[in-house]
Amino acid sequence: MAISTKDVRHIAGLANLEFGEAEIERFTRQLSAILDYVAQLERLKTDAIEPTSHVNAAAHALRDDALRPPATHEQALANAPETDRGYFKVPKVIG
Amino acid sequence: MTDPSRATIAELRDLVVSGRMSASEICKAHLGRTRAVDDRVKAYRSVLERQALAEADAVDRARRESRPLGPLAGVPIAVKDVLCTQGTPTTCGSRILENFVPYYDATCVARLREAGAVIIGKTNMDEFAMGSSTENSAFEVTRNPWDLTRVPGGSSGGSAAAVAAGMVPAALGTDTGGSIRQPAALCGVPGLKPTYGRVSRYGLVAFASSLDQAGPFGRTVADVARILQVIAGHDPLDSTSAPEPVPDYLGGLERGIAGLRIGVPKEYFPAGLDAEVHGSVRAALAAAERLGASIDEVSLPHTEYAIPTYYIIATAEASSNLARYDGVRYGLRAAGAPDIAQLFRKTRNAGFGAEVKRRIMLGTYVLSSGYYDAYYLKGQKVRTLIRRDFEDAFRRVDLLITPTTPSAAFRIGEKVDDPLAMYLSDIFTVTINLAGLPGMSIPCGLTRDGLPIGAQIIGPRFGEDVVLRAAAALEGAMQFRDRHPPLPR
Repeated sequence: MAISTKDVRHIAGLANLEFGEAEIERFTRQLSAILDYVAQLERLKTDAIEPTSHVNAAAHALRDDALRPPATHEQALANAPETDRGYFKVPKVIG
Repeated sequence: MTDPSRATIAELRDLVVSGRMSASEICKAHLGRTRAVDDRVKAYRSVLERQALAEADAVDRARRESRPLGPLAGVPIAVKDVLCTQGTPTTCGSRILENFVPYYDATCVARLREAGAVIIGKTNMDEFAMGSSTENSAFEVTRNPWDLTRVPGGSSGGSAAAVAAGMVPAALGTDTGGSIRQPAALCGVPGLKPTYGRVSRYGLVAFASSLDQAGPFGRTVADVARILQVIAGHDPLDSTSAPEPVPDYLGGLERGIAGLRIGVPKEYFPAGLDAEVHGSVRAALAAAERLGASIDEVSLPHTEYAIPTYYIIATAEASSNLARYDGVRYGLRAAGAPDIAQLFRKTRNAGFGAEVKRRIMLGTYVLSSGYYDAYYLKGQKVRTLIRRDFEDAFRRVDLLITPTTPSAAFRIGEKVDDPLAMYLSDIFTVTINLAGLPGMSIPCGLTRDGLPIGAQIIGPRFGEDVVLRAAAALEGAMQFRDRHPPLPR
């Protein structure tokens, strides 16, 4: 196995996901199979190769910093699950 | 009388402009067709009947008042449910966005509206565009109009199926690793993924930002060109959209392919390739040769590394993009979480399906401390090698032609439990996203079981005009347009 159940629990925590025992086992098996498949990249020597993060290096043009109407307060809050006096409302952040 | 459910965009617009049929009548004909067949096909997430009829009515009013009519005046178009539409739900096929209603249009949708198009509905898709069969939709499984026991492909399966079934003349999809071209092939319609940066991504809910691109499906190659003409071009709201000028795609369409050099990459015709797929694509190449193109074998030596590279890069970007779904600003919120950390986890657990979670997990892993260099950086370096393969090939040839998919449509349920097998159905399409190139699938035949087969035409960056020109020539030679899925009229 390319990764252990312990790794999968750690990754789930980083990704803000939680799984039961059966799901942890299943993800460990499936992710291991995918990582074993991905391991074929090790055959390629790439020390001298530049990485490609983006194919349009030339784009990334910045637009003029001109004022345009922003979203209204109501628009920004319209899809929120819970609001209070014009703010997003969440359960307690500090225990 | 023209049957609107088989007419081209040019024919539909002519009907409207000449007054022989109103935009409202055309809209009603397509809504009627949708009512007749979509309970079986399930291409749509939502049909925007009231709004579409109002938009069609506005086109008819403009005509009565002799105001100028746009290039898509009165043409119904369906939009994949990953593209934001102002005031109507945009679910991305996910429970986590089930009730999300954007307050703005994606730029490509806004441009369709400005051109007079009538947005008739939002189409089903794999959740967050992650999948190759539309089985990963949280809501329903779309069926292939040619055989209702088979998948339409994905992730833009709803858009492809809606066009194939005659419910709409054209539709927008998005393509991150094949999500326009693969369902186009499996449903027997033309579909184009433009060059990365050709079409604005503003309002396209992000999956993998360095790979995502929106593009059209149509009944004909010319219809695909007409839609591209409207949606292509720089957008100040997307810093990755390219400032390149937009050529006249329709004007060059009839120029034929005599004199074009077509490359056939040998890695795309492996020993185990499905014999019927192989035969149909070879027949398309023979047709190209008869029309005066020259055919040369070329090599893209890093092809075998494309799927692993894609699943590192796409999942890494997805894990970052999907971090925004936290139950705070929009979308689902899980009930009863006592603090914010549990709110995040419970919401994401309840809102995401299995494939999305799998990809978030894989992406988080390849970006995590200690593994970044081994996986993510390695993937980006191999991406450079794959990109260079194409640059080398395009020094020798004008276009490449390959099969779009390794086989015709597979059965519903056949690959759902084997993620790797599902990933491999994109083996001929992901390379094009990694290299940022334009790629188009056109129908090139049917299997003995009556399932469509697609040929993929790949061009150099911003070479959509040459791709479309070759597609139009082959469309004429392959005589596929008179073939229709066995659905009741």
